[in-house]
Amino acid sequence: MNRYNRAAGLCAALVLCVAAPAMAQQKPALAVPMVYLRQQVPQPPVLSNLDPIPADLGFAGAQIALKDNQTTGAFMGQEFSLTVIEVPPEGDLTQAARTALAEAQLVLLEGEAEDLLTVADLPEAKGALLFNTSSGDEALRSEGCRANLLHTIPETAARTDALMQVLVARQWADLAMIVGPTARDSVYADHLRRSAAKFGLTLAGETPWTFDTDLRDSTMDEVPRFTQSLPDHDVLLVADPTDDFGRYVLHNTWLPRPVAGSHGLHGEAWASVIEAWGAVQLQNRFEAATGRPMRSEDYAAWAAIRAIGEAVTRTSSADPAILRAYMLSDAFQLDGFKGRALTFRTWNGQMRQPIAVVNDRALVTLAPLPGFLHQRNETDSLGLDAPESRCTAFKE
Amino acid sequence: MRLLLAALMTSAALPAMAGEIWVTNEKDDTVSVIDVETLEVVKTYPTGERPRGITFSKDFSRVYICASDSNTVQVMDPNTGEILHDLPSGEDPEQFVLAPDDRHLYIANEDDAVTTVVDTQSRTVVAQINVGIEPEGMAVSPDGKVAITTSETTNMAHWIDTSTQSLFANTLVDARPRHAEFTADGAALWVSSEIGGTITVFETKGQTETGKVRFAIPGVNQDLIQPVGFRFSPDGTRAFVALGPANHVAVVNTATYEVEKYILVGRRVWHMEYSPDKTRLFTTNGVSGDVTVIDVASLEPVKSIKVGRFPWGAAMRP
Repeated sequence: MNRYNRAAGLCAALVLCVAAPAMAQQKPALAVPMVYLRQQVPQPPVLSNLDPIPADLGFAGAQIALKDNQTTGAFMGQEFSLTVIEVPPEGDLTQAARTALAEAQLVLLEGEAEDLLTVADLPEAKGALLFNTSSGDEALRSEGCRANLLHTIPETAARTDALMQVLVARQWADLAMIVGPTARDSVYADHLRRSAAKFGLTLAGETPWTFDTDLRDSTMDEVPRFTQSLPDHDVLLVADPTDDFGRYVLHNTWLPRPVAGSHGLHGEAWASVIEAWGAVQLQNRFEAATGRPMRSEDYAAWAAIRAIGEAVTRTSSADPAILRAYMLSDAFQLDGFKGRALTFRTWNGQMRQPIAVVNDRALVTLAPLPGFLHQRNETDSLGLDAPESRCTAFKE
Repeated sequence: MRLLLAALMTSAALPAMAGEIWVTNEKDDTVSVIDVETLEVVKTYPTGERPRGITFSKDFSRVYICASDSNTVQVMDPNTGEILHDLPSGEDPEQFVLAPDDRHLYIANEDDAVTTVVDTQSRTVVAQINVGIEPEGMAVSPDGKVAITTSETTNMAHWIDTSTQSLFANTLVDARPRHAEFTADGAALWVSSEIGGTITVFETKGQTETGKVRFAIPGVNQDLIQPVGFRFSPDGTRAFVALGPANHVAVVNTATYEVEKYILVGRRVWHMEYSPDKTRLFTTNGVSGDVTVIDVASLEPVKSIKVGRFPWGAAMRP
């Protein structure tokens, strides 16, 4: 287990003392310690050397939100601090989680679904409030849900549903798909299939990605012929969530067709192309601090820390049970720079949020799209709705 | 009969309505000048980058414009459109308010979590006050003793004592406060919350919350009803509230906080300004790039006027 930035919380506290307006300090400050616990996950090799995954992915968003919370806290007599604990791939996550939970009962978790459950099921985590900021896994929002685990990253199905709403609006109804070879590719492809079916689109044909050579010099020759075998379609879907080959499909298709799914047109919790709804301010703060654009994982961590901040501000409490009850109540509303208030679904703890459907250079639209109606909230047309989720842990 | 009607309508439409409405176009870096009588754009002047807040000096000889991305407040001669000079404003000025002394501008610096006080005569920064994240809404009490900054991410109204240029109170409001106004007698402060979908009313004296205005439009999803700019009617009995992407202006009874009517306007309505005689209200509609003219007596929209891209602020010159 390696720990860095232990000093960050201390530093922040010092800055806070200097910055805190004098009149807010009649009573002792309410301490709100938080931990960001990261289980490092080894990433498979990918064809392109472009776009490496930033080392501070996720955590950087938490830092921005921490500053936001600290500013508000200075006016409210509340001191927010954040400690980061990082566990290497072969490290002892359980031990690290125990340390984290001894430090704070408000914990952001980054890792695979099974890592999150390892932490959530520890006896020490029973009264804690945990936030999944990294996994779109469906089971975590369904039969595998936990009462102490909320999700600020959208489930994968919400992102594929958002994409399909756009294809419906475009009347691009016939789809074909290329599916990558890994287990993650299969899971993602399955989400694409189910979202297409949910919104009445037709998947006319599929083909597995079978190339096992470095294609980069020959994409122009190989990929068009590869896609020639697919039945006619309006849009070509690509299931390559690890970003291995998908980028070489665009503009190399046999038929002149747009690409969507993991590449081309795709759904995201956050992207650098979101400008409206005050988003430019968040983008500016993030880029100034990190020198890179903000991504969905950064946004999920940002949203978790901000949700804690909002709940602490409104309840004047740092008790996880009180904060959880407030977050799941109708009173909770978080401004997430996406034009609608962010709230939590009461049946599985998923943060309810618009999904940006984007290409590399522009926002196409924010889903839910007009016309996709829902009796409770239009945003619940994205992802697991109450009747579809098998989660029971949130029923009192 | 038809002739008579026509004659009546003409006379009704032609009171001596001199005056102009100045509208900042955020995505065009221009200001459009609308003639209140003809309801046409008569001039368009270039400004700095991303103009938003706009206000005139008391004698209307100067117009102040927040050029957000130029990080300055520009001072323009409204007779010629010439930029006379820039004022130091702090970074990213978004909205501001001119104090009753006609001299001090209170400016929200959106990217900096600071309110900057600028002396327009000496062209110097008098004070910078630390406020919450993303300050935006600005107001000053009629007696000039209290200035307000609202912060969008901190969700507060910050109360500034203008004699010391320091905060004396911070009050929570609902999510993403956008705009603040004192009532004409200064007894109450109204603050709109865009994401919260409400207006919070405070008693100025003790900074205590005394009421909440809520909105509901049949057929419009609740989370698209996002109150932003608003103005009180001249007699103080009503408030006109722009509801952003709900594309309506609400008419609120200021005694009961009930909404009496919703007026359909252009898309994503931001701010508004009265004609000099207060018979008409001009709303800036950001997404549709136009200005809706509302007849204040009948509460009906009477005309849309095309302006530049993303009209934001509005100010009147008689």
